[in-house]
Amino acid sequence: MSRILIIAEHDGQSLNFSTAKCVTCAQAIGGDIDIAVFGSGIESIAAEAASLESVARVIAVDAGHLSAPIAANWANEALAIADGYSHLLGPSTTLGKDLMPRIAALLGVNQVSDIMAVNAPTSFKRPIYAGNAIVDVEAPAGATVVATVRIASWSAAAITGNGSVEVRSASSDAVTHTRYIGLESGGGERPDLQSAQRVISGGRGVGSEENFNLIYSLADKLGAGVGASRAAVDAGYVPNDMQVGQTGKIISPDLYMAFGISGAIQHVTGIKDAGTIVAVNKDSESPIFEISDIGLVGDLFNVIPELEKLLG
Amino acid sequence: MTEREIMEYDVIIVGAGPAGLSCAIRLKQLKPDLMVAVIEKGAEVGAHILSGAVIEPAPLDRLLPGWRENPPSVCIPVEKDELWLLRQKGRIRLPTPPQQNNHDNFIVSLGSMCAWMAEKAEALEVDIFPGYAASEIRFTDDGAVGGVIIGDMGVDIGGNEKDTYMQGIEIHAPMTILSEGCRGHLSKQLIRKFELDKDCDPQTYGIGMKELWKVQPGKSKPGLVQHTTGWPLDSKTYGGSFIYHLDKDRIAIGFVTGLDYQDPEFMPFEAFQQMKHHPMVHELLEGGEILSSGARAIAEGGYQSLPKTEMPGALLIGDAAGMLNVPKVKGTHQAMLCGMLAAEHINDTASSKGFDAKLRDSEIVKELYKVRNIRPAFYKGFWRGFIRAAIETVTMGKMPTTLSIHADDSTLKKRDGYTPPDRKWVDRDLPPRDRLASVYFAATEHDEDQPVHLQILEPDICTTRCVEEYDNPCTRFCPANVYEMIEDGGMRLQINSGNCVHCKTCDIKDPYQIINWVTPEGACGPNYQNM
Amino acid sequence: MKILVGIKRVVDYNVRVRVLSDGSGVDTDGVKMSVNPFDEIALEEALRIRDAGNAEEVIVVSAGGDECQQQLRTGLAMGADRAIQIQVSEGLQPLSTARAFLKIIEREDPGLVILGKQAIDDDNNQTAQMLSALWDRPQATSASKLELSGTSATVTREVDAGLETIEIDLPAVISVDLRLNEPRFVKLPDIMKAKRKPLDVASLEELGVAVEGNLEIGHFAPPPQREKGIMVEDAAQLVEELKNRGLI
Repeated sequence: MSRILIIAEHDGQSLNFSTAKCVTCAQAIGGDIDIAVFGSGIESIAAEAASLESVARVIAVDAGHLSAPIAANWANEALAIADGYSHLLGPSTTLGKDLMPRIAALLGVNQVSDIMAVNAPTSFKRPIYAGNAIVDVEAPAGATVVATVRIASWSAAAITGNGSVEVRSASSDAVTHTRYIGLESGGGERPDLQSAQRVISGGRGVGSEENFNLIYSLADKLGAGVGASRAAVDAGYVPNDMQVGQTGKIISPDLYMAFGISGAIQHVTGIKDAGTIVAVNKDSESPIFEISDIGLVGDLFNVIPELEKLLG
Repeated sequence: MTEREIMEYDVIIVGAGPAGLSCAIRLKQLKPDLMVAVIEKGAEVGAHILSGAVIEPAPLDRLLPGWRENPPSVCIPVEKDELWLLRQKGRIRLPTPPQQNNHDNFIVSLGSMCAWMAEKAEALEVDIFPGYAASEIRFTDDGAVGGVIIGDMGVDIGGNEKDTYMQGIEIHAPMTILSEGCRGHLSKQLIRKFELDKDCDPQTYGIGMKELWKVQPGKSKPGLVQHTTGWPLDSKTYGGSFIYHLDKDRIAIGFVTGLDYQDPEFMPFEAFQQMKHHPMVHELLEGGEILSSGARAIAEGGYQSLPKTEMPGALLIGDAAGMLNVPKVKGTHQAMLCGMLAAEHINDTASSKGFDAKLRDSEIVKELYKVRNIRPAFYKGFWRGFIRAAIETVTMGKMPTTLSIHADDSTLKKRDGYTPPDRKWVDRDLPPRDRLASVYFAATEHDEDQPVHLQILEPDICTTRCVEEYDNPCTRFCPANVYEMIEDGGMRLQINSGNCVHCKTCDIKDPYQIINWVTPEGACGPNYQNM
Repeated sequence: MKILVGIKRVVDYNVRVRVLSDGSGVDTDGVKMSVNPFDEIALEEALRIRDAGNAEEVIVVSAGGDECQQQLRTGLAMGADRAIQIQVSEGLQPLSTARAFLKIIEREDPGLVILGKQAIDDDNNQTAQMLSALWDRPQATSASKLELSGTSATVTREVDAGLETIEIDLPAVISVDLRLNEPRFVKLPDIMKAKRKPLDVASLEELGVAVEGNLEIGHFAPPPQREKGIMVEDAAQLVEELKNRGLI
């Protein structure tokens, strides 16, 4: 029977949504699920974690030196409580990616990065070659499985849980060789295109730099990031760092809405891993409708204002 | 501007194709101490070259005896030849003309073969530098060619130096070999400067487009060489297709259209895609997938269009001059023989003088002479061309007359008063859907922040005269959708230079001759694999 | 100080990767191989530190078969002083790679080890973290800015929430992200010079590293094909559909 420990991600105020996704992955593996929360003043975060569906126990390690997510500190602490667990999971976020391999090396095991699907308790599917191939990997029997969970592949566990919270003090000492200085939030209120959960994108159909305000406005209403096709960039409507596609950014938001984008293969390459793709285009023959989950043949200059009105 | 750094070689060869590499290998075989370098603008040898290709192995036997023990990775002996005349739905098998009898020949990937030759050249200590583009000729004080200048790298789209700016070096050499292939941009400049074409007809070209397919198991018959003519082209447009069956369930399929076509609305890419939908071909490709695609112009003028190939300090070899044998649909053996001849000449004389005469006396040009009237015979349309071609074949080119070659940029009919033929083209269901999808498989890549390498010398013409007279044919003849006329408060020409596959068609076919293709930064462009 | 830079020979980022129809792997027949793009950025950073006078030597290290010498020579042509090939007969997984690198660290005693954050073939993003754990030194992953000051470094990291700054004591391991720098072009004469720079080969046995703990790699599949979904008539239907799916 598997015993799974999830290392929680949080920002000191609340639990990060990625933890709930790790829980769903853990459920797919099957077995007991505990969550470890490292930090300082983390009672409410621990309670949030305990309320996630099927979580048995939350181990809240409250210590000053754990309040900053310094991988060396968190890894040492994780190691101290890892005994008895068959699986150690973390999210495949920058925090999880920074932390989990360090734990794996200290346990003397390879890590399974970016679990997309669970075949069996020690067999997983993961993407390689930028998602152009999905490979099955099997962790060796008898050794702890250390893995990160690919956020875009899992839904969030419901808040129906009733786990217990155990507060402890740290079992490991702080390292002195690494010091946390600070965090500068991504400038502006709009989420960063690369990591946004929702992205609104415009193509050549938008027609001008000024018209892109329609896209920005809808994005802000939905708390989304903004992207563009290469055609829009080439035509000068938006700067290059907004480009989504083969020569731009490869993204995997839960929701991707494409307005006035034809859906050339070069663009689609950038969004092939998106959760739900919505396409709005005047031309019913556009290739984007061949891969969109929800398609609407219509004029974006009518549709976007309509959407804004309906979203209130 | 700071002085450029200089590297010195005895011989500098521009272009790592079969002509250039054969020349390099032969030079080192004759004189191992010679300092020989080959520069190649593709990111690796083979990245920018593609061809059917069925090759005659004789030059390989001469240059690299024992090559058959260790052949290039794609090398399939020809088993059977077929020539088909296609109609929209039907087909007629024609007798295989003698020039298309490929017994003892091999189907190869020219790109892989060049990579294989490059290894052999490097084993002989030829310095090969892929990823560097020769952007200018270096002239000596007395006006002779004295080497090349590598293009500056890290220049932004406005021409300013970026942080990564690296000034191109100068390569000085008493002998420069231009083996850039068809319509090489340096060759074009030199031909003009030294008036190398003043005594010959203009060069004429075809555009060759090719796709490498993985088909369903059992469909490919390794060693089968098929050519087609007829549909989807009309009787006034020269061209046809090739279908070469390789191993590992792969098929090399391609289409060539003469760039002297008349219809301003004609789209060579679409003709290629139509050909794939003929029932005979569709059946072969159905259920398969595209591995790679690309396009390149080919030189079809042969004997009459051959310019003078020598100038002070330099030689033109291979298709930079134009040595393809059109009825054979082969130029590689010619390119190799020419490269070897150039090497032997340099070894004997250490000069370019006298090479042209040797070339014209050689088997290479004799072969071109024999078939010189076949391509221009088709100026009178398909059937008359066919008959004349048959006569020329039977008489082995001994007819007393020599037909002239016309320039491709002069043949496009103006829209006004022209009615295009009814092409009987069909709806398509095979990939690639359009040129943009096709370009994806060419894996072409250009740093977007660099000067646009397609220079429009008189841009006003596009939105004034050209749109009226020809309806902007560049938007149709480019196989990579580089040129687009877009609505932006009035129409304007947009150049998607990032899509360019370096085929040179625009430089050739533009009726106003205002498109000047220059080389972008080294290592940009297509990344053909096994093409 | 010395800087060690890890580089990996990978399928070039331009190649359209295809899964073999029997699922045994990816088609690498005749494909272009290059230095992992993140590793080029790592090397560029090391060269800048050296050129600024803060290091005496940059050593490129690669674990691979003899073919990877081609990439080591590219590293030397870019400006590295020396190259070391950790000779292996088949691809190493991150744990063994980290252990082997540690042996090189023990030999060379560098002040800094710079790696690419991940290789574009396996996309693991583990080696730098593992190496720093085994070495018991600091790690700074996904670095987008690096400032050295004597025996420590201030590193700005690209994290999901924005930019995080940490300070680490040297020696340390840094893994680099795309925006750290733009690698320099290689000058032609430097390609010739690189041929004469030292390239040493050390096998895993010589280094005393045994490969263990490997994940077993099984079947390769292409990514799931996206199929055409539903069409809606107007904005109202679209909003309803999105609400039903819990997306808004």
